[in-house]
Amino acid sequence: MTLSRRKFLKAVATSTLAVAVIPGDSQGFELKGRMSPSPKALKAKRWGMVVDMSRCRDDCAGDCIAACHEVHNVPFIPEPDHEVMWLFQEPYANAFPDQSHGLVARRSDGWKFLLMCNHCNDPPCVRACPTQATFKREEDGIVMMDYHRCIGCRFCMAACPYGSRSFNFRDPRPFIKKINPDYPTRRKGVVEKCNFCQERLEVGRMPACVEACKEGVLTFGDLDDPASEVSRLLSEKPHTRRKPDLGTGPSVYYIL
Amino acid sequence: MLEKALHGGKIYWIWVLVLLAGIGIGLSAYLYQLREGLWVTGMSRNVSWGFYISQFTFLVGVAASVLMVVLPLYLHNFKAFGQIVALGQFLTVGALIMSLLFIFSDVGMPMRIFNVPLYPTPWSMLFYDTVFLPGFLMLNLIIGWVALGAEKRDVPPARWLRVLICVSIPWAVVMHTVTAFIFAGTPGRGFWMTAIMAPRFLVTAFAAGPALLIILSTLLKAVARFQVGEAAIQKLITIMFYALIIDAFFLGVEYYTAFYSHVPAYTETFRYLFFGIGKNRALVPWYWAMNGAIVAAIALLALPGTRNSRPRLLATCIIALAGLWIDKGFVLVPAAFIPNVFGRVTEYPPSWVELTLSAGIYCLGTLVITALYKVAVSVRRERMENPPGSTSPAERPGAGQVPLFR
Amino acid sequence: MFNRRWVISGIIIFAAAAAFPFYWHAVGPHAPFPELELPTKEKKCIESVEYMRTNHMRLLDVWRNAVVRDNLFIYTASDGKQYEMNLHRTCMGCHKSRERFCKRCHDYNDVAPPCWDCHFAPSEVRKTRSAGTGTGTGKSNVHPVARKGEPS
Repeated sequence: MTLSRRKFLKAVATSTLAVAVIPGDSQGFELKGRMSPSPKALKAKRWGMVVDMSRCRDDCAGDCIAACHEVHNVPFIPEPDHEVMWLFQEPYANAFPDQSHGLVARRSDGWKFLLMCNHCNDPPCVRACPTQATFKREEDGIVMMDYHRCIGCRFCMAACPYGSRSFNFRDPRPFIKKINPDYPTRRKGVVEKCNFCQERLEVGRMPACVEACKEGVLTFGDLDDPASEVSRLLSEKPHTRRKPDLGTGPSVYYIL
Repeated sequence: MLEKALHGGKIYWIWVLVLLAGIGIGLSAYLYQLREGLWVTGMSRNVSWGFYISQFTFLVGVAASVLMVVLPLYLHNFKAFGQIVALGQFLTVGALIMSLLFIFSDVGMPMRIFNVPLYPTPWSMLFYDTVFLPGFLMLNLIIGWVALGAEKRDVPPARWLRVLICVSIPWAVVMHTVTAFIFAGTPGRGFWMTAIMAPRFLVTAFAAGPALLIILSTLLKAVARFQVGEAAIQKLITIMFYALIIDAFFLGVEYYTAFYSHVPAYTETFRYLFFGIGKNRALVPWYWAMNGAIVAAIALLALPGTRNSRPRLLATCIIALAGLWIDKGFVLVPAAFIPNVFGRVTEYPPSWVELTLSAGIYCLGTLVITALYKVAVSVRRERMENPPGSTSPAERPGAGQVPLFR
Repeated sequence: MFNRRWVISGIIIFAAAAAFPFYWHAVGPHAPFPELELPTKEKKCIESVEYMRTNHMRLLDVWRNAVVRDNLFIYTASDGKQYEMNLHRTCMGCHKSRERFCKRCHDYNDVAPPCWDCHFAPSEVRKTRSAGTGTGTGKSNVHPVARKGEPS
């Protein structure tokens, strides 16, 4: 029997390859039932948020942030380097670094702005993601996160010009003070961000921050509907968006 | 031919054992990171990419630099590169294995890494990297190995090798351009979003590769009595020289655009690198060292004596490599996050976990390169000692390397 | 054949080692089939027991993509009843305990699905609540604005 080592290795490699390409068993699975969208869902052509900073009080306890982070099980990590934030505050000079100058708002605390994911019309994070774990919903413009698919490469964090995204550098569960069992947590190794409360919109409710704010700072609605409250606000009051010159088309507007 | 990597002298085995120990230590650092999460690194919400991605960037450059050896030999019949091309190709294999391992170490969910090929995303530059890197690895492994095998049997290599060689030439350029596009397409990071990113990536690669090859060839000559030929070394010096000059020019162009325009989006990061911002000056000495090293290397290469003095040449290559590594492998990635999008400065010191794990990956890559080099050196030594035909192989330095166009 | 002694004895040892699990299963003690705590409220799952036993993991996979990526919400089962495609409210609403239902079969089959890294089982929530590291005030989820690093 004259089987050379080379021939033997070739045979092993070929047979391994042949076995490896046999399709997995999940190919043959057929769903028995049908799936359909929620009948109670709020619909919009393009969801947007208007933040009326003229109503946002400096001494407010931050009910909006507390509500958002509680509803979504966002951990509170004391290390600033590893913090996870969906909704957060930055002084004007940091929220709008391209527009700030010495004479801006003579408020002593630097005028804290409410920041979140802008759910851009042309999101650079969606272009960056190599697995489509973050994607833009064409039907209503929300930029979604699929935490099951995210590989934690953080390319989206590099691409986002607004610093809206947070990475779970460590296991978040020990850092969640009050668990909301109706919403999952995330695990260490994935990126997360504000999702415009997509799970609440699905059952006909407004986002948690909008409901929590008692001053009426936050208005949420369909930017493409001329009759919506957000459209009315934007047509009546001067407003701005963060870094509009980058062409991302943010959906979060600030009334100053 | 792989059995040749399993036979060696005492020094060889001691070297292999040292590398294996390094790999083991790196692996334990990795397991610690896997268990704890990436908070054990120096990365933060503000500087979300750091040492790992930097090493990936630098090593893909080293991998692409094999073009500087393949192109003259196969397209322009520069036969003097006949012996060194295998060294270049095997260096590429090791560099790409390391690059892929660095990406693997950096992602938060490495067990999901197959999501990238499972859900192909043609508009994402990171997706293309997962296509081009393994492809180039296989190309160079196959080309180098088959050519070496043909040389061993003293026959011309199979004709299909020519197709692979033709494919590998544009592949190298595209692969490293796509790596640059990862950075150059991100809005909001003025330090990265510059059209010169891709040209600079290519040119720094074409300088780093020859520098590394000169050092490795000198090492092989000392340790294994393996000669690549003085003509090859001289040509590599020329390539490195002009690549460094072009890189210096590109850097100068960048500095002008940033500092003359006074646009903060472009100046702020360079201001941080050259002068620091407030109390944050961690990268200032590194950046001045990098610029100094590039200039010094150019000056040394311009001096007449360097080409012919091996110690001076080696020193020049090491200086050049240090500068090129600081540029791509240390500063480039974290600096774009400083200042961050909020205008704040968060500095980035790599943690011991990152450095240990990186050292382990470098040991693994070096082990792969050692094994492949051992095979190449042994094959050629056997041919030297038992010449197959009447003509000694030493007289035919290009033997076994097929010219693409006869 | 060279080294006939070693090769033949090596083959015999390998064959014995490879065949040992089958032998052990035939004569050794068996792990008892897991006893599952069945839900008290409902008598029927969304599909038949056989279907769920074989396919619940694939079903959940399809649901997962449908809910997250395709914005779907309602599952109309083969018998016409409608359910929300929600692991916590629909599935765990009846199968309240992960330890006494899900985990038992999973342990028996040596399967460890990673769902629980993120999703909750009701019995777990009570445990996790007490394990949180609070920092005092109830509003501690609000981040202080001042942080390290200087403005440029």
